[in-house]
Amino acid sequence: MPNLAAAPNRVNDFVVKFANVNGTGSASANSLIMKTIFRMGVPVTGKNYFPSNIQGLPTWYEIRVTRQGYAARAGRVDIMVAMNAETYSKDVREVASGGYLIYDATWPRSALLQRGDITVIGVPLAKMVNENFDGVRARILLKNIAYAGLLAALLNLDLEVIDGLMRQNYGKKPKLLDSNTKALRLGYDYAKEHLSCPLPLRVEHMDKTRGHIMIDGNTAAGLGCVYAGATVGAWYPITPSTSLMDAFKGFCERYRIDAATGTRNYAVIQAEDELAAIGMVLGASWNGARAFTPTSGPGISLMNEFVGLAYYAEVPCVIFDVQRVGPSTGMPTRTQQSDIMLCAYASHGDTRHVLLFPANPEECFYMAVQAFDLAERLQTPVFVLSDLDIGMNDWMCRDLKWDDAYRPDRGKMLSAKELAGLDKFYRYVDRDDDAIPYRTLPGVNPKGAYFTRGSGHNQYGGYTEDSAEYQVVLDRLKRKFANAVKYLPRAELTGKGDHEIGILSVGSCDGAVREAIDVLERQKLHLDYLRVRAFPFGSEVEKFLSSHKRIFVVEQNRDAQLRSLLTLETAVEKSKLKSILSYSGFPMSCEPIVDGVRAALAEEPRLSAVTTKSTR
Amino acid sequence: MSFINKPKVAHPSLPTNALGLTRRQYEGAMSTLCAGCGHDSITAAIIEACWGLDMRPEQLAKLSGIGCSSKTTAYFVSGAHGFNAVHGRMPSIASGANAANRELTYLGISGDGDSLSIGLGQLVHVIRRNVNMLYLIENNGVYGLTKGQFSASADIGTQAKKGDVNQTPPIDPVLLALSLGATFVARGFSGDKAQLVPLIQAGLRHNGFALIDVLSPCVTFNDHEGSTKSYTFTREHYHAVIEADFVPPAREISVDYPIGESIPVQLHDGSRVVLRKLDASYDPTDRSAAYAFIENKLKQKEFVTGLIHINESSTTEFHTLNKSSPVPLNRIPYETLSPGSTELDKLMGRYR
Repeated sequence: MPNLAAAPNRVNDFVVKFANVNGTGSASANSLIMKTIFRMGVPVTGKNYFPSNIQGLPTWYEIRVTRQGYAARAGRVDIMVAMNAETYSKDVREVASGGYLIYDATWPRSALLQRGDITVIGVPLAKMVNENFDGVRARILLKNIAYAGLLAALLNLDLEVIDGLMRQNYGKKPKLLDSNTKALRLGYDYAKEHLSCPLPLRVEHMDKTRGHIMIDGNTAAGLGCVYAGATVGAWYPITPSTSLMDAFKGFCERYRIDAATGTRNYAVIQAEDELAAIGMVLGASWNGARAFTPTSGPGISLMNEFVGLAYYAEVPCVIFDVQRVGPSTGMPTRTQQSDIMLCAYASHGDTRHVLLFPANPEECFYMAVQAFDLAERLQTPVFVLSDLDIGMNDWMCRDLKWDDAYRPDRGKMLSAKELAGLDKFYRYVDRDDDAIPYRTLPGVNPKGAYFTRGSGHNQYGGYTEDSAEYQVVLDRLKRKFANAVKYLPRAELTGKGDHEIGILSVGSCDGAVREAIDVLERQKLHLDYLRVRAFPFGSEVEKFLSSHKRIFVVEQNRDAQLRSLLTLETAVEKSKLKSILSYSGFPMSCEPIVDGVRAALAEEPRLSAVTTKSTR
Repeated sequence: MSFINKPKVAHPSLPTNALGLTRRQYEGAMSTLCAGCGHDSITAAIIEACWGLDMRPEQLAKLSGIGCSSKTTAYFVSGAHGFNAVHGRMPSIASGANAANRELTYLGISGDGDSLSIGLGQLVHVIRRNVNMLYLIENNGVYGLTKGQFSASADIGTQAKKGDVNQTPPIDPVLLALSLGATFVARGFSGDKAQLVPLIQAGLRHNGFALIDVLSPCVTFNDHEGSTKSYTFTREHYHAVIEADFVPPAREISVDYPIGESIPVQLHDGSRVVLRKLDASYDPTDRSAAYAFIENKLKQKEFVTGLIHINESSTTEFHTLNKSSPVPLNRIPYETLSPGSTELDKLMGRYR
């Protein structure tokens, strides 16, 4: 019987990591545990670290139980469920001092697992499962459920909640429900019999998840496209964006098939490549449908030429970039924010694009809807820059809500009647002095006909090689981009904004930044925090930059792309901006931010002192 | 060339179609192509075809890529919306546009460079997807705007302006389309309007993807001394068959020949081709037989023209396979598209 007493007592505040082999069905066991904790009212995050592979390579799943409701990855592991012999040595090293390691003792590994400062719990999982179940595949799958049962006992999980989830998952398949329940009991009973349960690291009921859901950003974004009224989705499969279109398609099958006739009020086209996918989106948008494409970095690279056409010919389109690790193919199943510059200036020539930066799945939903409104209002491409962490991991979010009064903003689109009343229609004339011209749809009225082209055109829509005519259009596009600010979501300020030091960040860094600010607060370092939510930047960003002496720019890429964009597109003094960068491919945790801020301030005693003095 | 804008005033004596429109009302901007360009003949055939079909101008959507041929969408049916895509990517624009509104008539104009080189991937997939459109390739075997490089349809032995002899086998769009299962495959010649107009009309009316490869000689480009592509060399060879029509600035090529007869035409690039009408025994509904027949004739340097293959009973048209709403997607009211707040509240249960 291992000694379990030495570990710290951290109820509802610890990290369990599962080391598995991919393709063995571990995901369902891991999500069963996470969902159980969530249903027990305890905030939780789940991060999946998986290989770009179908079967046989190492994969990890990390559940952070966080009573404070932090969204970031924790930079430590308290309990390692080591189910992959290949990665034992690495997994053992990762466990925090005082933590636990659980492994399958069917094949004892005592020599490999030596570490004096952690507790090793060996359980003969494979043996137990093999004695109770037949069939190779069933044994592999049920071993996962058996360790879930083991964990349930060790972590004090509510069995009734687990039962409820199992019934929900396998309710329609009684055989599966039986075998899974039996496997769960195997692990649970073993732990109750042989180990002292629960561990000091355990779960107790709370009431902090009411009104919340666990959802990934791609699902939320796909749902947002349905609510935005999108009817055409074109895409080429690419990790980590694929599940966005899967979600859209799934929701369309539920909500968009005419009950009487079985006909579909949508079209999902799997294109031959990303060049075609964006082309289809432009064709559909030009024809008045709300259309979008989900992709990732390599897809954006391919789409560049068409993005320039959409910008110059003013064709609305919505592009979701679920960012992954670059450059090139990079690490397709790891996360990064390294497409910021690529998207901001995508395509040759003078182009600048509207970007939205969701920080979590909840924002993915609302920003998806907003993206279509913006694209049509501004008649330009709109990029939603999510990332793998947001897109593919389950996040705890507030329930998604819908206002039935919402109607799409189709922007300046002339109806048949309006066209009939016009003497003559010119596509690119700035009639309202807001730099946004009027557009027409094909098939409505011959008076609305014009020629959409990426070649030089004048404000009347005609081909031109005349410098002055060309510049009229190009200058208006510049004004249009500047004016876009008033339609975009404002940056989100946390704090009063009166501290001397600030953190400026973007997207999925949010959780880590908020946690870091709490840690620094406890150390008497007080910072304001601004999270940009869109590009072009609004005046609130300029104000934040000018009113703080030192600004830490936190982002997940090597080259400080957000910082670059800030220096290019605002009046900020470059030297005021100090980068804190994370580009490991894993979601950010708060430690590099805390360490980065402390290290920088230690080098600047004057600033540090000022900060301490300005304590509220 | 210099040009003037033609005022669109119809003389009362001009014939009108069922909509009361004259041919003039199916015209577009003035062509800026070289005088005598075969592409302009095709433009004229399209105007004639649309007028003859009594098509409302706004019913047509004109799509093109980049190149001489792709410019021509500006030169016909000015009452129709046009979309000049990036090079080789017109098929994806057409596919998306068609997905959004199945009721319009889609006419894509492309060239041999736009379709068979940079755009080959998209052409292949728009055929495979069976998008309901007419895709017309204005095929001249050279890149005109960049001054005479071979295109992927250039025949073996053909000589370019700078003396290069093409030794790479050509891609024949007709064989390509047949092999991919296109449901309407035709070949025409820009100089034979009588044949081309009904082909265009049939292609526009075909349900599914229709491809017409139109041999459309480039009249002025290959004009350097001492080369088989020179003005002199070319004129000699064209003279052999089609008189002085190719001498720049030339008149448009105009050939009329009876059905069943083959006729050799010397193209500008030096290739010797034979245009040939389909004979009465030819069965355009048998795809395999058509493929073998065309391939065999190509070996003899004969280009078979006419309606080579047609399959009106195909069920693979994009919207048919998609089970699309009969109401175009771009016209479905938002109220029908949004599941609403009650459904969203219900859905949240799935994520707890």
